[in-house]
Amino acid sequence: MSLLDTPLWKVILGSFAPEVWKRIAPSIWETLYMTIVASVIMLLFGVVIGVLLTITNPNGLTPRKTLYSGAGWIINCLRSLPQMIMIILMIPVSRLIFGRSYGTNACIIAIAASCIPMYARIVESSLLEIEKGKIDAAKSIGSSNFQIIWKVLLPETFPSLVRGFTVAIIAVISMTALAGMFGAGGIGDIAVRFGYQRFQHDVLFATVYVLIILVQIVQVLGDLVSRRLLRKRCLL
Amino acid sequence: MDEYIKINDLYKTYSAHDRQLKVLRGVNLSVQKGEIFGIIGFSGAGKSTLARCINRLETPDSGEIQIGGIDILKLSKEDLRQERHNIGMIFQNFNLFESRTVYKNIAYPLEISHVEKQEIRRKVLETAELVGLSDKLDAYPGGLSGGQKQRVGIARALVNNPNLLLSDEATSALDPQTTLQILDLLKEINKKTGITILMITHELDAIKYTCHRMAVLEEGQMIETGEVNSIFHNPHSRTGELFSKVFFEFQRNSEMIDGEGI
Repeated sequence: MSLLDTPLWKVILGSFAPEVWKRIAPSIWETLYMTIVASVIMLLFGVVIGVLLTITNPNGLTPRKTLYSGAGWIINCLRSLPQMIMIILMIPVSRLIFGRSYGTNACIIAIAASCIPMYARIVESSLLEIEKGKIDAAKSIGSSNFQIIWKVLLPETFPSLVRGFTVAIIAVISMTALAGMFGAGGIGDIAVRFGYQRFQHDVLFATVYVLIILVQIVQVLGDLVSRRLLRKRCLL
Repeated sequence: MDEYIKINDLYKTYSAHDRQLKVLRGVNLSVQKGEIFGIIGFSGAGKSTLARCINRLETPDSGEIQIGGIDILKLSKEDLRQERHNIGMIFQNFNLFESRTVYKNIAYPLEISHVEKQEIRRKVLETAELVGLSDKLDAYPGGLSGGQKQRVGIARALVNNPNLLLSDEATSALDPQTTLQILDLLKEINKKTGITILMITHELDAIKYTCHRMAVLEEGQMIETGEVNSIFHNPHSRTGELFSKVFFEFQRNSEMIDGEGI
């Protein structure tokens, strides 16, 4: 069904037809798979780099000026690349790792590469929210730096970290759609092939529903977890 | 009585932008074992910096700090961490860990020294009892009153059985009633355990109520040291000036307390 020859309301109705959903069902799984794997990779690297930025900060636990400004510079460079260019840039890397430059797994590399620097910055800003007095207290008790990071810094800022991760997952979802254009499969691929190239606007609409629902679920879950934590700590 | 803290000729300068701020300018101090020693001064006099130099949260430019015969400024990083187990500290803003329950806050110092679970439990319960928090162990600090928070802070500072407690404006954020209770608690702990307490404050009444001896810090220098009573009765001229300046605040606080024991 196309908006070119069918009224809008009929296309909307048509977008709920079972055959449309049968068509896009596999791609929902692909999108979920990409989102989950890329988010996990982003979480691991983002937190480590974010912690590194926070502690090497001139006012941090172990100030290392060169490392801090060097890492900051690299992150800013990576963040200034548009996502599409990052996907193209990562093609040789994907080929090196997976032996091919297209497909779901290959694009996960690009998504991670693009989202890690962003998430690292979000983690850094969450960690910087901690009151300096808590770090002083932990130091005065005789904690090692590792203990301060693991037992004070991360747990104390956890609700804020959860909120940041929610924002970052949503960025990952939107990038999986873009990656669809470059052979990653998933919802984006369906939207391009059916909605854009074949004018099947009922399919296009269905992909929009999927993305909206996906983002809503993530946001609601993130808010819920973060609020629960704050309420448990009597901070809300 | 023997000398527990010995500070010689301590200097500390902060450089912010191109300005140099001389916070400590040749501070000398001697505190006896088991006494409650008060240091009073206006904000900006360098009191907090002095306290923070003692457990090396700040590193002084020059001078010497000895605690129980140990030269704090010469310790390696690792030895300093060990020595800090022996120096408790409480803060104006309590600085509790909000992600941990009261129990877990008090347990923290033991946890990081890998003490056995059973032993942690025993010590935490014992310390909680001492500060009067036995019924709040499962609460989170966010749900406690200021006085209760400071009790958690005190318990956390004491659970390692330190020989020295640094109190950095510990009652300044509390109302007069709660201040009295916390000061009473500190006195009681001092009597029970013989711990040396160094109290940094800008509240005259807190010093008068709690301390055995005191020192007056002004613009980074000690201008007077001695018995609390004798200083209050016969202050050095500049101390007298300082007292009269803070007197108004003192009077206001006293009125709020309504003659309760001070």
